[in-house]
Amino acid sequence: MTLAVRCQNLTKTYDTNSQIVTALDGISLDIPMGELMMLVGPSGCGKTTLISVIAGILDQNSGECELFGENLQHLSGKDKLKFRAKNIGFVFQAFNLLPALNAAENVAIPLIINGMNRHLAERKAIELLTQVGLGERWTSLPSQLSGGQQQRVAIARALIHNPRLIVCDEPTSALDHETGLNVMHLLKSVALQKDRSLVIVTHDARIFEFADQVAEMDDGHIINVKKAPLRT
Amino acid sequence: MGDKGKYIGIIMGLTFASLIMTQQPAIFVGLMSRSYSFISDLGLPDIWVMDNKVQFVDDIKPLQDTELYRVRGISGVEWAMPLFKGLLKARLTDGTFQTCNVIGLDDATLIGGPPTMIEGKLDDLRRSDSVIVDIDGATEKLGKPSLIPGGKPIPLKIGDSLELNDRRAIVVGIAKSTRTFQSQPMVYTTYSRAKNYAPVERKLLSFILVKSKQGQDLHELTQRIKQNTGLAAYTQAEFKELTYQYFMHNTGIPINFGISIMLGFIVGAAIAGQTFYNFTLENIRQFGVLKAMGTSNLTLLKMILLQAVLVGSIGYSLGVGLTALFGFATRHTILAFKFPWQLLVFSGAGVSIICIFAALISMIKVLRLEPAIVFKG
Ligand SMILES: Nc1ncnc2c1ncn2[C@@H]1O[C@H](COP(=O)(O)OP(=O)(O)OP(=O)(O)O)[C@@H](O)[C@H]1O
Ligand SMILES: [Mg+2]
Repeated sequence: MTLAVRCQNLTKTYDTNSQIVTALDGISLDIPMGELMMLVGPSGCGKTTLISVIAGILDQNSGECELFGENLQHLSGKDKLKFRAKNIGFVFQAFNLLPALNAAENVAIPLIINGMNRHLAERKAIELLTQVGLGERWTSLPSQLSGGQQQRVAIARALIHNPRLIVCDEPTSALDHETGLNVMHLLKSVALQKDRSLVIVTHDARIFEFADQVAEMDDGHIINVKKAPLRT
Repeated sequence: MGDKGKYIGIIMGLTFASLIMTQQPAIFVGLMSRSYSFISDLGLPDIWVMDNKVQFVDDIKPLQDTELYRVRGISGVEWAMPLFKGLLKARLTDGTFQTCNVIGLDDATLIGGPPTMIEGKLDDLRRSDSVIVDIDGATEKLGKPSLIPGGKPIPLKIGDSLELNDRRAIVVGIAKSTRTFQSQPMVYTTYSRAKNYAPVERKLLSFILVKSKQGQDLHELTQRIKQNTGLAAYTQAEFKELTYQYFMHNTGIPINFGISIMLGFIVGAAIAGQTFYNFTLENIRQFGVLKAMGTSNLTLLKMILLQAVLVGSIGYSLGVGLTALFGFATRHTILAFKFPWQLLVFSGAGVSIICIFAALISMIKVLRLEPAIVFKG
């Protein structure tokens, strides 16, 4: 079994002016290639912090984190950016689409960051939007789309450049149950591939069924990793 | 990145700044050029000779008439003519007095006359008791009281008379001369008649106007005149500069304009900088998203710079456009306004500095931005 992510003994503290908060307190976690890992736990337990470190947008204080065998801490700033641009897709609770750009332009951004010319990138974006059921809406601005539609655009944006890891923070929390399920179906069917893994942070117990593994966190620790019933 | 209101705010700030930074200097340049417009109006002579202590064109320190002959005798001088310039009281027909700027021209050649005649001819000054009055003076200060109380004065016309120092003067022409700092009406007459109008004094020669011989180096000639006469001699450009510098250093004008230009700059920078920064702050999450997705700082900085250049050029064009409009609208008024191209460079530089400043504070914010904020609620 090849690993997408291998974390060992990660610690991360936040220094606020009043106190020091330990958000990650010795986390070790492996995410296999081609699997969907869910991270659950009470608010403030460190889930967002953990996926930020995994995605390479936050530096840990100690411990190691390898993505596809690459330790991001050993990369220069520039190479780290390139690595992120190539290998990671993001899906957020609040969608975070750029409001001035239409759906296709939003989806095209990761390709443009990776150096593709704009025209071609937008053509590919429209293709992918069609796959997620928004082919007709590619000219719409985010403000003209429903929450579920915006999240589908965001998923297309996370996928367009074929990254090997997609990190999602509460992707269904801003959506009603039905729409949330649709989004999860989409993630599971289109996003998850043999050579692509997903990490999803969630509170939403109703979507646990989509996971291959569920890692439970509390207070900066992983207290339990469960394989999904079907797989065990 | 969205939000039209903010955009308009930034552009308005920049428009305001470039308007102030163009219009105020334009008025300043216009005003300062008035300090020497009497010299500019007198195109013919190359060199002005005067007393050593003269500091500017309206600072009259008369010479003895004999100096004229000494200057004429200097080699390289084609001709040298006397010019009288002095403030004299005129008694108007209604019995009131008005101080006039009387210019006495060489009787034979009438060199030094007004640049344009509106009515009559310069040659009419050869008739006895004749004077030529400038149009602004004729319509305003020298005009006869209106028949209706509070109405506009009736302009002085050819054939009307005045009394200069108890001597009769008949208007034979109306001229147009460029406005100067002095608000008194200009009254042109011959040198000998001006001497009659003026109170009796030993010295009445204000300036000696010199034309150099062809091929004569002007600076050599001014040196020669200085050495031979002990008087001051300036080329036309030097005399303008002397006058201009006097007003620059001895009046509050530069400081006043300097202050309003600085204020325009500061207020514009504050408004534009502040709104631009707010704009960046409001879109900070989007910068974070782009950063998380692997956009380099350089690209983000370019985006900010592009925005700054965009709003800067729009604001600058509007400001300069408004200034030009202002100049056009006030072209027939007393207001001084001059718009040399250097002003465009000046205000352009000012607006650029504001934009760079506005972009810079935003850039620092974006450079320091942690991409991890993208997951925050
Ligand atoms: N930028 C920060 N500065 C200071 N403290 C922080 C920062 N980010 C997170 N923390 C603290 O670190 C701890 C873990 O935060 P984190 O956001 O990872 O929790 P979470 O599990 O994602 O919570 P939630 O479910 O509410 O999103 C919390 O105590 C939080 O207050
Ligand atoms: Mg969180």
